[in-house]
Amino acid sequence: MNDRRVVVTGLGTVNPVAGDVESTWRGLLDGTSGVGPITSIEASDLPSQIAGEITDFDIEAFMPRRQARRMDRYAQLFWVAAREALGDSGIAYEPDDPAAYRAGVVVGSGIGGVTTFEEEVTTLLEVGPHRLSPFGIPKIIANLAGGQISIDFNLYGPNTTAVTACAASANAIGDAAAIIQRGAADVMLAGGADAAITRLAMGGFAQARALSTRNDDPQGASRPFDAGRDGFVMAEGAAALVLEEREHALERGATVYAEVVGYGMSADGYHVTLPRPGGDGAARAMQSALDDAGIAAEQVSYINAHGTSTAANDVTETMAIKTVFGDHAYRVPISSTKSMTGHLLGGAGAVEAVASVLAIRDGIVPPTINLTDPDPECDLDYVPGEARTVDVQYAMSNSFGFGGHNVVLVFSSQ
Amino acid sequence: MERTEIESKLTDLLVDELGIERDDIRADATFEEDLDVDSLGVVELLMALEDNFGVKIPDEEAEQITTVGEAIDLVEKKLNA
Repeated sequence: MNDRRVVVTGLGTVNPVAGDVESTWRGLLDGTSGVGPITSIEASDLPSQIAGEITDFDIEAFMPRRQARRMDRYAQLFWVAAREALGDSGIAYEPDDPAAYRAGVVVGSGIGGVTTFEEEVTTLLEVGPHRLSPFGIPKIIANLAGGQISIDFNLYGPNTTAVTACAASANAIGDAAAIIQRGAADVMLAGGADAAITRLAMGGFAQARALSTRNDDPQGASRPFDAGRDGFVMAEGAAALVLEEREHALERGATVYAEVVGYGMSADGYHVTLPRPGGDGAARAMQSALDDAGIAAEQVSYINAHGTSTAANDVTETMAIKTVFGDHAYRVPISSTKSMTGHLLGGAGAVEAVASVLAIRDGIVPPTINLTDPDPECDLDYVPGEARTVDVQYAMSNSFGFGGHNVVLVFSSQ
Repeated sequence: MERTEIESKLTDLLVDELGIERDDIRADATFEEDLDVDSLGVVELLMALEDNFGVKIPDEEAEQITTVGEAIDLVEKKLNA
């Protein structure tokens, strides 16, 4: 055990449900879906024509156009979430502030700047290399969201990026907490973002048979654990958390939401897109996170599931929870907020961490919507339809990614 | 093309393509210091000049440009060559 404890002191998000933390939280508790028909790209020839889009996002409300156009949409979304989280925590550094050298960033992104990637490839093929943008590469690469934050908010400490697909921002949070624990920083901004409602990503994920094609019922399409589920619903967005060494936070009188107490990882070692049947990999990550937290499974009072609404994930995750939690699996409330947000890929783990932290703060857990006809193999308490009052001491958040990456975080009340 | 026409077209480019404030654009304004255009922005500017004026600007000539007035001079020279 390390005596440097890590607490959450700031939250930020922009996602399909809402453009800030408190509106998002109200939306999630009310069971609001952020999913709709795709409007931002030509979708008529795509198998999946629905997504969680952020339709009212205006980056120029936050920065001059000349700065905004140097950033891909995924990085713009992260920037706005980061700004909210830093503001919420009261963390702000002037250039060359000595404390800024003890503050860093870890971002997770599944794909990075895929919009720009498509634009640049199109230019390359249609015009030629001499017309590629000088900003093309910095906009495409997945680490630029973190780089941009360090530049604009003067965070000069450790700065890195996790690229573990749909587990990326859970890794970002866990890795950032570990950086604080080992003494390399006192403050870390952690989170993730993706903006993959593009023809390449929508077409590619559909070919991998991962996306819902319930095009005639957008808000009912993300239905984790329901027998009628047929794939995940793509979503865009970002979330960020300010993590801070506990004494550092208490000394400056910061508001503390929760403590990061457990971080577990494993690899399925099985398949590029499918989870290992039986959920052994996911179970090992959950157990590892409980061990890291030093708690028994029975102490967990809420699980924010990965719950993608794919045929494979929801059954496998259910089996994994049973493996780890035994009889307690049938008592612990579990919900998938992806039923409302859709799947933000590299942004998902961070949005769900925000939901887990707020469940601890308010003693209420968000529902799983659209769960009207549960899959017989999904027989746990997924909090269907309505939010529920629960005194949450320990909340677990699961995130699993293509490649077989399993990442689990545990948060606790103070 | 008249010099004034080049000047007004270039000003529009700087505003529309590079997002520079119109009021900051003067003939003696330097790209790097006065207009805060970095090395990547210069590349973008050259691409915009080539596209919009139909001229070819080799790197060695591009490197000589430091002010808005010099950019106008170069485009004018190219167009009249």
